[in-house]
Amino acid sequence: MAIDTRETVSLETSGISPGDVSLRAARIRRVPGWLRPNLLWALAGFLIGYIVGYWAGDFIAGAYPVAANSGTNNVAVVLALTFGVIGWLAGIGVLNYPLQKILGLDPTPAVPDASFARYFRLTEDHKVVGLQYTVGSLLFLFTGGLFAMMIRTELLSPTTHVFGPGTYIEIVSEHGTIMMMMASSIVVGTLGNWLVPLMIGARRVAYPRIEAASFWIFMAGYVVILSAPFLGGFPTGWTGYAPLQTQASAGMDSYLVGFAVIGIGMICAGFNLAVTIINYRAPGMTWGRVPIFVWSILATCALLTLATPTLVVAGLFGVLDRTAQTGFFVTEHGGSNFLWQNLFWFFGHPEVYIMALPGFGIVMEMLPVFTRKPLFAYRIAAAGMIGVALLSFFVWQHHIFQSGINPDMRPLFMLTTELISIPTGFLFLVTLGTLWKAKIWFEAPMLFVLGMLFNFLIGGITGVFLSDVPVNVTVHGSFFVMAHFHYTIMGGLIFAFFGGLYYWLPKMTGVMLNRKLSIAHFWTMFIFFNLTFFPLFFVGILGQPRRVFEYAHNLQTLNDISSIGAFLLGASFLIFLFNFVWSVCIDRTPAPPNPWHSLGLEWQTPTPVPWYNFEHTPVVLADPYHYGEVDAPPVADLGERGGATSSTSSPTPDDKDRGVDIRPHSM
Amino acid sequence: MPWGYGDVVNKTGRAALAGALALIAAGIVMFAFINLMSQPGTVTFAASNGQVNVTLQTVGSYGSGDHPTWVSYEIQTQGGTWQHTTIWQVPARTQVNVTILQYDSGSPLRNEQLGQVTGTVGDVATLNGATFSVNNSNVGNGVGHTFSIPAIGVSVPLAGVNGNDTLCGAAPCEPSSPHNVIKFSFMSPGPGNYPWQCFVPCGLGWLYGNGGPMGTVGYMGGFMKVV
Amino acid sequence: MTTSPKDTSEAASPALRGSDDASHWWRIIAIWAVLSVAFDVVWLNVVGPHVPPGRMSDTANGAAFDFNVLIVMAVPVMIAIWVYMVYAVVMWRAGRGGPDPIGGERARGNNRVVTGWITITTVVVLFLAGFGTYELVQPEGAGGGQGPTPLWTPASHNVLQVQVIGQQWKWTYRFPSFGGFETNTLEIPDNTTIAFHVTSLDVIHSFWAYQLGVKADANPGQDNVAFTTPTQLGSFTVRCSELCGLWHGSMFNTGRVVTPLAFNAWATSTEHQLAANTAVLAPFAYTYTPDANGADGGYYPDTADPYSPVEQYGATQPAGQ
Repeated sequence: MAIDTRETVSLETSGISPGDVSLRAARIRRVPGWLRPNLLWALAGFLIGYIVGYWAGDFIAGAYPVAANSGTNNVAVVLALTFGVIGWLAGIGVLNYPLQKILGLDPTPAVPDASFARYFRLTEDHKVVGLQYTVGSLLFLFTGGLFAMMIRTELLSPTTHVFGPGTYIEIVSEHGTIMMMMASSIVVGTLGNWLVPLMIGARRVAYPRIEAASFWIFMAGYVVILSAPFLGGFPTGWTGYAPLQTQASAGMDSYLVGFAVIGIGMICAGFNLAVTIINYRAPGMTWGRVPIFVWSILATCALLTLATPTLVVAGLFGVLDRTAQTGFFVTEHGGSNFLWQNLFWFFGHPEVYIMALPGFGIVMEMLPVFTRKPLFAYRIAAAGMIGVALLSFFVWQHHIFQSGINPDMRPLFMLTTELISIPTGFLFLVTLGTLWKAKIWFEAPMLFVLGMLFNFLIGGITGVFLSDVPVNVTVHGSFFVMAHFHYTIMGGLIFAFFGGLYYWLPKMTGVMLNRKLSIAHFWTMFIFFNLTFFPLFFVGILGQPRRVFEYAHNLQTLNDISSIGAFLLGASFLIFLFNFVWSVCIDRTPAPPNPWHSLGLEWQTPTPVPWYNFEHTPVVLADPYHYGEVDAPPVADLGERGGATSSTSSPTPDDKDRGVDIRPHSM
Repeated sequence: MPWGYGDVVNKTGRAALAGALALIAAGIVMFAFINLMSQPGTVTFAASNGQVNVTLQTVGSYGSGDHPTWVSYEIQTQGGTWQHTTIWQVPARTQVNVTILQYDSGSPLRNEQLGQVTGTVGDVATLNGATFSVNNSNVGNGVGHTFSIPAIGVSVPLAGVNGNDTLCGAAPCEPSSPHNVIKFSFMSPGPGNYPWQCFVPCGLGWLYGNGGPMGTVGYMGGFMKVV
Repeated sequence: MTTSPKDTSEAASPALRGSDDASHWWRIIAIWAVLSVAFDVVWLNVVGPHVPPGRMSDTANGAAFDFNVLIVMAVPVMIAIWVYMVYAVVMWRAGRGGPDPIGGERARGNNRVVTGWITITTVVVLFLAGFGTYELVQPEGAGGGQGPTPLWTPASHNVLQVQVIGQQWKWTYRFPSFGGFETNTLEIPDNTTIAFHVTSLDVIHSFWAYQLGVKADANPGQDNVAFTTPTQLGSFTVRCSELCGLWHGSMFNTGRVVTPLAFNAWATSTEHQLAANTAVLAPFAYTYTPDANGADGGYYPDTADPYSPVEQYGATQPAGQ
């Protein structure tokens, strides 16, 4: 049952009157902005934490023979990075609330903030967090993309020519890790945080502080993973296989700490949204009316919450092996290199669906709008995503078919892997059913939907090849795998994400992106994406392993085509970047209130959406897919007449005290 | 203005700000790219009388620079100075006469197969003047390093000096420090970049001895460029 | 409420009005059938016989056969979806006009379509899993590494044992039936089942004999066995296919399949040539645990007896060290 959530938890539990809060809020407001926790303090905190941690590690372990001989003190590096992250979180103010509670102090009330500076602060507004994640994820994406272009630059020639072999592996590893970190959060963090409460008719998320912390943890991960090149890089790729991991130089600590930090952020983000979806649905928002995007986020959040702890634990084991020589992953010292492979992929395969399901959700959410039809087989769509989420825990050993693990697991994991294509195939059942006799409207989001379906089909079908053990013998560890998962993640998730951005940015920022540039971005991205990655299937089955700086001379033409495609793909993203910056930051031509004529509840709110989302908790009357009906019911009753709340329509006193402009249509 | 920044700067100001940020970002990217491209220098050897003479030395700890405790190779340029790099260039299809001054101590090999001399002229090398084709690292002072170019099958074990002597601890080593002289010749192949490395896991303080100097170009491995 | 974006578009084309569900279906199926049959026929006759990794061994042959089976099944599936999408985009785009789509229950699902879809995908998937399992079991494990205790072993008793040792960063090969000599070059006889015993002295590598259709990870302290039977003479590429550090990209060499006679001659002469080296090698074993003296670089303190019973490589410590 949904809950009326107008009042914040802090008010209910702190036992103080709203008046006290407003007084204290006013006092806090008098402190100059730059003195309150913000990004600059976070950076300073990271630096201070890093220095303190490094000093402590040097004090503890500087004289250990292993540190003296190798010239590398992993204890110091790990402590420096860990303390750096803690300093970062302290600087941004994440620790204030829990510390105040622990010490029995009155927590500082959240100050609703309408200034631009709120984007650089800890905030309790899920919409601000969503936009923060949008910019943060794009930063991750473009950083990883630059590394990708460096990889393709090196692979222009079959021997080493631009980067040294060590630098090349570092670049490959950075690219892979940054992109995986980005892809885990690029939809849940951005569109998920921004849209889910609006879509389910909630006025807030369940854990706003944890949600806000998840973003700043995510950005701490960015700082940590980018520290790797300064510490000698790491040579393991994003999979970080031990014992190479145990052998690697200090950059490896950035990988282990960074992935663990990102993992904690993923758990926070997933937990918050899962609880929000389950508990904060508006009256009438039954499971049969929940938008399909919310179903996809729910399935994803279940995976984020359940699978990611394995990654954090594996990272901790890795850190212990590298600092205390515990030997979890070192065969000669009682460990096993298979342990890392199993732990990593036990997380890693659900992770693959963390990076696929939100894409399905976006595509299925936008299709009804651009076909003007109800979603076909809604229940099948939801069931398919739940089925994928469940099955994804039972397929991980297909990543290590040839590794020498117990061979009688092979038929089982071949079966489960192929079974997962049944619920995954529901995506196509639903989308094709929705396209049937539709009225397809070609706007940029719809183009991305069709592009995603085209790419993901290739990615999904080639996955069947990989699951077949005899074919896997040839394609495992080759460029074929690499092309396969770029088709699913980049061709699937990233295409869906950009479609979603074009679709929802008018709501999120109040401005339309330029239509011509949007469409130009789609066509260049679609063509050059395929030009980059399609040849790599052939490169793979013709015998080129992944992550090599030397390859057979007869594969140069295919590699060069791919590289040229990659550079053009990079240029395509510049079109987006220009469009985004120009439209959102500079030009700011206001968007129509509902440019796509969507029935979604999120579009029924005013733009910009007030910080409490809905003036009254809405009463949901129907699912948002009643397209093509002559007398379709309204999706929700937003007014007092619906009896959603018993209060009047005037602003509540505490809203006034917070000094926030709560007029519903303020611009 | 609820979006929060319209009142901070006007449109021209925002455009200028965005442009400035773009320039800064481009600068950072260029800086990173150029830094990642940096590699140790290349020492070029020219043929005289149809042969190339190459002199290398190994030192147990380099003694200076970013990683003073790391073991390293060094190359002597034709001008006679020592250069801290592992990238060198020779002409194609020419006899390369290699002299290696081995200043480091040895140990038993982890894989005794590396005690076999392969790929050199006559499949032999000389150790302080004495010809050998197999080095049994279980006796004597063991093997400190190898010089190996896997792609053309060249591999020569470099016998260690007695670890109880006062070893050279900073490059370039003086001939007064205890050392072994290993000489051998091989024919350079056709043009290309051929990785070469030491196969003795000599990275002290790294798991399996193959991290650090063994995993970094410029210390225990590099390229032989053949043109 | 159902504002259609292009409500003011031109009048619906009569052709579309006249077409019913069945004719759409038949058109899509006809286009799909023609394209799929054409693709499969062309593939099987033109590309199929040359598909990687080739026909150099029974396992390569099996992999190529599987690849072809998957292609002729998978591409028609892809064609079906693409034909449908293109058909939808061409026939039902808003710019073309036509009546507004029908909403309501009729558009929200169709039990026959859903049941049919689930049935077909389930049958295909179960067939593929069964077929894949059969193909895995048939040619002695399909050339994949099966760990120390292989489940699918060759019927032949004439098996040549070849040990593959991965180390950072090269491959060496030992032939226990020829005195256990260890060499940089790999030669194997034709028409003989080969048991590759793949192991590593340090990190994980992966032995990928590309044209033989063999891939097995080299793990420290593990004997990973993969079988194959070469059926053609010629050379094949060996690459490392698991990232193993700095020189991973250059960790490759070329092996050769020769006649049994030539193999015997090569192996016997190499055995003699390397006799001095073989004498100092560690005795042949399926795994080697390099001792800590020097070999693990002092990462783990070597306080234990340096001459531990498991030690195979790196024998006695010379005097004076």
